[in-house]
Amino acid sequence: MSTPSLTTRSTPDSPVTPPGRGPARRARSARVRARRREAIALVLPSLIPILVLSVAPLVVGIALAFTDARLVRRPDYDVVGLENFGRLTDNPLFWESLRIGMIWTVSVTLLQLVAAMGLALLLNSGLRLQGLTRVLALVPWAMPPVVVAIMWQMIYSANGGPLNAVLDTVGLPGDVNWLGNFSTALPAVILVGVWVGMPQTTVTLLAGLQQIPAELHEAAAVDGAGAWRRFTAVTWPSLRPIATSITSLNFIWNFNSFALVYVLTEGGPGGRTMVPVLFVYLEAFKNRNLGYAAAMGVVLVLVIVTVLALYLRSQFRHDSTEKAR
Amino acid sequence: MRALTRPARYLALAAYLFFLGFPLLWLISASVKSSAELNSLSVSLLPDQWHWENYTQALERQGIVRSAGNSLVVALVSTALVIVIALPASYVLARMRGKVRLAGISWILVSQVFPVVLVILPLFLILRTLGLADSLTGLTLVHTTYMLPFALWMLQGYVSAVPVELEEAGAMDGASRFTVLRTIVFPLLAPGIVATAMFGFVASWNEFFFALVLLQSPENYTLPITLKMFVGGEGKVALGPLAAGAVLAAIPSIVFFSLLRRKLTSGLMAGAVKG
Repeated sequence: MSTPSLTTRSTPDSPVTPPGRGPARRARSARVRARRREAIALVLPSLIPILVLSVAPLVVGIALAFTDARLVRRPDYDVVGLENFGRLTDNPLFWESLRIGMIWTVSVTLLQLVAAMGLALLLNSGLRLQGLTRVLALVPWAMPPVVVAIMWQMIYSANGGPLNAVLDTVGLPGDVNWLGNFSTALPAVILVGVWVGMPQTTVTLLAGLQQIPAELHEAAAVDGAGAWRRFTAVTWPSLRPIATSITSLNFIWNFNSFALVYVLTEGGPGGRTMVPVLFVYLEAFKNRNLGYAAAMGVVLVLVIVTVLALYLRSQFRHDSTEKAR
Repeated sequence: MRALTRPARYLALAAYLFFLGFPLLWLISASVKSSAELNSLSVSLLPDQWHWENYTQALERQGIVRSAGNSLVVALVSTALVIVIALPASYVLARMRGKVRLAGISWILVSQVFPVVLVILPLFLILRTLGLADSLTGLTLVHTTYMLPFALWMLQGYVSAVPVELEEAGAMDGASRFTVLRTIVFPLLAPGIVATAMFGFVASWNEFFFALVLLQSPENYTLPITLKMFVGGEGKVALGPLAAGAVLAAIPSIVFFSLLRRKLTSGLMAGAVKG
């Protein structure tokens, strides 16, 4: 066959048969079937691993929640109906873990949004050092979570960590065990979560900011709007859809985040950083209660779907009232 | 952002740069310090003496080199696999309308919501039944599957950017659809394929949770797992070599991400805007 040259682009009258014209119809339906077969052939290589390693585990996982399966060599289990869920209702440790998980997820997600918004606005305001900032901003995003955790353990270290050393030189107590104290462990872990997720949010918001036409800002400035007023009246409304999507994604990612907390604290001290994903992991692979752990997993899914649905609905409501105005 | 004066804005930017950059600088600095200096209360970024032997010590630990090899193999093979199987499917996602596309996009979104912690339990059982638990082959297949949503999303964005007229011209010359794809569409996607592959490589190289659950024998550990074991074990005293190992583990990901810098938004947004 001949190699198509790029000049073919300039012939817009492509000879596609107009659809649905009398005798051509039968030929067309044959072609539709052929196209469908082609599509299936193209999709199949992706579909098989998805069905075997993603959809099937999901279905089996939900099914496991209704059994008393245990993680042993010879799995022998009975269907127990809703018993696992019944046991869950009076497992205070699980609900405490869920509460910690919500504090972790909501704080990290909100702080990520605020911090990223600040940085994105700075980067969009024509300062120098843009290149350096953008490269630096990639680092937390690219690094393996395990390395991030090792790094912050060193920052927080009670003996010789730079954070304590700085506090010591300004006369504050310089021997705080940030990751080991009941009161400081969760905030310390949250800060690491913000550090990790901020870059991606910044890059996304910056892309949104750059799409806002400059005329909008100029018009608002001519009308005498101050900086804050311009942000609330021009910037934020235009950025809202992007902010909503990245916040939803961050929420899911943070809720499901495992490696960071696992390596930083393993859920300690005294369960103060026991996020639910970690809790379920321990129930399944340390206590070997697969069925019970699966029930917890199902509850987590329900929680996350509910929160997201409520959040997205409120955003949607807001949008439609804005438009109605 | 004109609310702040120019110096104030530079000050704010400097604070951000410090927050983002300092931890990495400290890790690098720790990787060339002696244990004695690391346990003293000094905030100097520059070490008293440069202890490069931390790096040789990290590398001499057999576990690190072997598990880096494991990580490399898993990341390379799963990336190659994901590109090969996602490429044709992404074409269908981008070009077909109706139910196929809707189902595909919905699955991509749903797969983001489901906690891996629920999926991992049966996944472990399924792989054990297939004799693939505690094996790098099993981990590679799992990484491939869980990279797929992202790869499909990015690639279908790039496919949408290829003008349909080019394909029609090829079809006019009598070429079959598969030939058109192979000779016209896929070559045009080369930059998108490279970007997706780099993302895939980093995702697999960094991945922790699946590797932690699926791999049990130390000779199968990937680099993140070996580092985690190092943290809990002798890394408590050998902080310098631990930091050195951590720096080495982060280098491939940071290099790839720097190369991807310009694609970071365009790739993700391409999928979003054209979706």
